[in-house]
Amino acid sequence: MERQFLMGNEAVALGALHAGAARGTGYPGTPSSEILDVFNQLGGKAEWAPNEKVAAEVALGVSFAGVRAFTTMKHVGLNVAADVLFTAAYSGVDGALVFIVADDPGLASSQNEQDTRRYAVAAGVPLVEPSDSQEAYDFTRLAFEISGRWKIPVIVKLTTRVCHSGTIVVPRKPDAGLPEAHFERNIPYHVMVPGHARPAHRRLRQKLAEIAEWNEKEGPNQKVKGSKDLGILVSGVAYQHAREAAPGASLFKVGMSYPLPMRQMLDFAASVDRAFVVEENDPYMADAVRAAGGTIESTPEMYRFGELDVGRVKRILTQDATPEAVPPRGKPPQLCAGCPHTITFEMLKKHNCIVAGDIGCYTLAALQPLAAMDTQICMGASLGVGLGLRHVLPREEAKRVVSVIGDSTFVHSGLTGLAEMTYNVPPTGHVLLILDNATTAMTGQQEHPGTGRLLDHTPANRLDYEKIVRAMNVQNVGVFDPVTQRDGYEAALTQALEKDELTVLIVRRPCILAVARKGVKPATQE
Amino acid sequence: MSDKVTSIKIAGLGGMGVLTSTQILAEVFFRQGLDVKKAEVHGMSQRGGSICSDVRFGKKVFSPMVPAGSLDFLVLFQEDQFPLYEADCAPGTLILKPAAIDLAKLENKKALNIAMLGLLSRHLDVPVDVWLEVIREVLPAKLHKVNEAAFELGRKSV
Repeated sequence: MERQFLMGNEAVALGALHAGAARGTGYPGTPSSEILDVFNQLGGKAEWAPNEKVAAEVALGVSFAGVRAFTTMKHVGLNVAADVLFTAAYSGVDGALVFIVADDPGLASSQNEQDTRRYAVAAGVPLVEPSDSQEAYDFTRLAFEISGRWKIPVIVKLTTRVCHSGTIVVPRKPDAGLPEAHFERNIPYHVMVPGHARPAHRRLRQKLAEIAEWNEKEGPNQKVKGSKDLGILVSGVAYQHAREAAPGASLFKVGMSYPLPMRQMLDFAASVDRAFVVEENDPYMADAVRAAGGTIESTPEMYRFGELDVGRVKRILTQDATPEAVPPRGKPPQLCAGCPHTITFEMLKKHNCIVAGDIGCYTLAALQPLAAMDTQICMGASLGVGLGLRHVLPREEAKRVVSVIGDSTFVHSGLTGLAEMTYNVPPTGHVLLILDNATTAMTGQQEHPGTGRLLDHTPANRLDYEKIVRAMNVQNVGVFDPVTQRDGYEAALTQALEKDELTVLIVRRPCILAVARKGVKPATQE
Repeated sequence: MSDKVTSIKIAGLGGMGVLTSTQILAEVFFRQGLDVKKAEVHGMSQRGGSICSDVRFGKKVFSPMVPAGSLDFLVLFQEDQFPLYEADCAPGTLILKPAAIDLAKLENKKALNIAMLGLLSRHLDVPVDVWLEVIREVLPAKLHKVNEAAFELGRKSV
């Protein structure tokens, strides 16, 4: 096949297509967001789920029907889907199930730097780590093969740099002759009650032992012959930096990071005079080598913060732990000029509110010049955190607490928080603002169940937030356009802050970027 | 062919067309049969923040990111962004700025990114037809005329 120039995310989508994936589902999260859109454009069946847990469940169901499924998410999305992953590891799969999980060392657009390799160990599922787009393509296909062969979920761990770098890919012939979907009743394997889960856990450990042996002999690991003086054990995009930082060194690149090819790693470390581990994020391989009795020099602690590059790898290889030059700061991102969210946060600031915020474009309101958001932790936390504050703060402070959540985030993780709000009601009541801009704006304007359109922008059922809020017995419900009904909106907010009642205001105005986007008109709700 | 890898960084603010011009640049060298890598960061691009992306090409490229102090060309869409990338430059780095172009002749200010590619193209050994062909493929038809003019304007500038 002809060579192509692809971003890592595009290569994953092409790999999934060529692996015959029957369905891809996920929730947008930078840096993983483009995969499903590309899969759809290539002719694959792709959909957005309300959140990563639901996406993983749908994908598991597809795999229980004997065909291949995958689900995409950013690293923190796996926290949401973890409940599925841990027990799907026990149940196993029938067709194949691949989790595409994108880490963000350096926090280009995330709230933490968690390392997905730890999840592979904790759940007991194989994990492969591509270092460029060719491997993103190859390893995605390999993940489907491993998953199908051992009937186990497999993680493909990407990083921001792999997702959003373009490199050359030479694709291979697509898989053919895959089975059609059908249901095979297998209650002891598909129903994880204790009596079934006990043997399932033993089966899982047996599979992992077999995969570890396979990884030692034919896993996607690569040796680069070089000098005996210096050996580098490396994984992911750090491999590319290491090749350039130390052109003469011997390298052992680990492509499958769980289960690790430990015998080969120890042999490699023992074969050179000085052996180093170069890895992004946690000292995962370094700890594992030492726990297995190997001797290796690891990345000084300072390099677990942020992503690696050629210069940092050079420093690691000289064990240089002196302070690094602090790069000058550029112009930070901010809410777009004319963004309807700005009006809400100016209002909240004016009323001296304590704002429990959430994840989306509007989180930018926490930065200067607005500085009008006080907390932000994870998807949906605006509700719980706001309620917690309301429960215990002195009355005059409690009354100023407002929870603010976007439409996509509300569907993702706000519904249960709203149930909490109407169940454990604080003495001062509470105020929730749902900022409905009719899109998942921050990650690139993806659809969700509240937009009334599917992933490919064709019409779909639309959640009705007013009805949902009323069905949960919130006393005061209002809907306002913050631009055309600014005064009414402010009056309603002022009133809500005075009452000891529950109020939900739906602040509805389409994202200006989504409106400007060709071919996609904002859904106008009555 | 020499083993030399050429490293280019394009820098500006979100909305100035950094990612589009990077895509064109990478595609041009991909068509020359070279190994090409590009590195960029998505997510903040439309929100006015500082952004940059790297393109590297040669016989074999490893890291997609330009190592500090090894930049061959720094293309700035806005001159005040220079301090952010000073450490990437070497004494021999060629720094290209919008001031080199007669901006009064730029029909559409949004085509600055393509004009800057025209300016850069003076220093790279690729036939002008290849550049124009890729520009036409990447950009929608209604923008062809204005961007071809912008490219020519940049290419004629010193």
